[in-house]
Amino acid sequence: MNLTATDSELLKTIADLHNIPSGAFNIRKDGQGVDRRSSAHIQVKPKTDKPGIDVIVAPGTKNEAVHIPVLITLSGVTDVVYNTIEIGEGADVTVVAGCGIHNPGSKKSQHDGIHEIIVHRGARMKYVEKHYGEGEGTGERVLNPKTILTMEKDSIVEMELTQIKGVDSTIRDTRAKLAEGASLTIVERLLTHGRQEAVSDMLIELEGKGSNAKVVSRSVTKDDSRPVMVAKAPARGHVECDSIIMDRGKISSSPAISAEHPDAQLTHEAAIGKIAEEQLMKLETLGLSEKEAEDVILRGFLQ
Amino acid sequence: MLKIESVTYDITNGSGDVSILKNIDLDLEDNKFYALTGPNGGGKTSLARIIMGIYKNTKGKLYLDGVDITNFSITERAKAGISYAFQNPPRFKGLKISDLLKISVGNEKDALYARLKAVGLCPQDYFDRECDNSLSGGEIKRIELATVLSRPSKIIIYDEPEAGVDLWSFEKLLALIKKYHSHGGVTSIVITHHEKVLSLADEIILMAEGEIKERGPRESMWKILQGDFKCRWQKNCGGYEDELDCYRQ
Repeated sequence: MNLTATDSELLKTIADLHNIPSGAFNIRKDGQGVDRRSSAHIQVKPKTDKPGIDVIVAPGTKNEAVHIPVLITLSGVTDVVYNTIEIGEGADVTVVAGCGIHNPGSKKSQHDGIHEIIVHRGARMKYVEKHYGEGEGTGERVLNPKTILTMEKDSIVEMELTQIKGVDSTIRDTRAKLAEGASLTIVERLLTHGRQEAVSDMLIELEGKGSNAKVVSRSVTKDDSRPVMVAKAPARGHVECDSIIMDRGKISSSPAISAEHPDAQLTHEAAIGKIAEEQLMKLETLGLSEKEAEDVILRGFLQ
Repeated sequence: MLKIESVTYDITNGSGDVSILKNIDLDLEDNKFYALTGPNGGGKTSLARIIMGIYKNTKGKLYLDGVDITNFSITERAKAGISYAFQNPPRFKGLKISDLLKISVGNEKDALYARLKAVGLCPQDYFDRECDNSLSGGEIKRIELATVLSRPSKIIIYDEPEAGVDLWSFEKLLALIKKYHSHGGVTSIVITHHEKVLSLADEIILMAEGEIKERGPRESMWKILQGDFKCRWQKNCGGYEDELDCYRQ
């Protein structure tokens, strides 16, 4: 695959890639799978019944990564993709997903990514997903990710879900079921500007004894964040939502916890506020303009 | 030289119009160490914040090396060489200590490490740590000092460096302020209630009731402050002029 300058920029932004990755990968562009490679332990193959891929990580695979970025560089594209990711028993891998839209025209470009992830017994996965939009056109940039995560006994998952900037509309849907001893950490960061909107729904079900989950959601400007955690076993969970409101932004944050077992321990906290004046003034005393100070504070908050 | 000319600062609150600073005239010479002291509510922090541009004076002018900076923003004053160490430095959720220091120091890792070491913080432990509520009062004060002392300044204002830190940390911070001042090229203005800071000053300025009541070399001011200094602080009552007369006798 020959990368255009736009492709390279998008790949760098969403997947920290400066070129085609050396290990297993799949690059999807404008609704088509354009390049793909499997490694000795990670198989990447296209689905036969619908658009998308299967990523199969062999049991015991250690310290490997698979990149599955999606690029949209045309205006008027609607891409729906179904990916299944299976992490074998005892494996320890990183999955780098993400989508970048460069919309040069006036029509809406949209990517709906439906990921079904199964993390088998004792496996560990780090999942990194960045979303980004840009382009000189007036067309909307829309990203709607749906993630369905099944965690088997004693598995560990860390998810970093980030909307960097430039996405006009997003509806995120994240669901997870945790078996005995499974441990899940989700850190979600959403940045919106002006009229952009983000909705994030999460449902985390702690089904197994000793399972635990922590959800940290940080958002800026216009967001509707609704994480729900349900404990059906002696399990622990914590949900934390922090938001910075700016300009004419509207933020609604409603974390909910529900215990269906007497030994479950669940906590939640939520806060919405604007950038503190003292924070801005402190950075201005170091020589930054108000705008620069604001950028530093937001970058830190979302990093 | 910083020249403060007929500066007043009025605010409106629930009690109506309140005059926080009343016609302040003050010349601060280059390279001197000034201690600004007096009872709580006397106007010290307000004056310091007006110098930095955080508060806007209602009347009067400020000149830095002959340049009228009255209408300068905080940023412009910072770029002109005025620095300010906050009494209660703000914390930043998510922002790393190194990110904050980079604003003053730049991106070079060795330089950043050196700045942390200089304020007694182990770089390996603090470089990537968040500048948030997990830091103690002493730690955040050290970081504050590191950000301020790392930038080029003609004037540095320290707002109560002793506040919120234990004695051991305070002595370390004070030693650093003293060392930095001794290198020359900077005017230090320290708002303080602490005798150890007062003892370092070339000149002590006593503020109360929004006015400068007395100013002079440390030795002569010391006699005034020694008189009933602690008693006056504890009483926290009005009639400051009467008390000063008492000191003068």
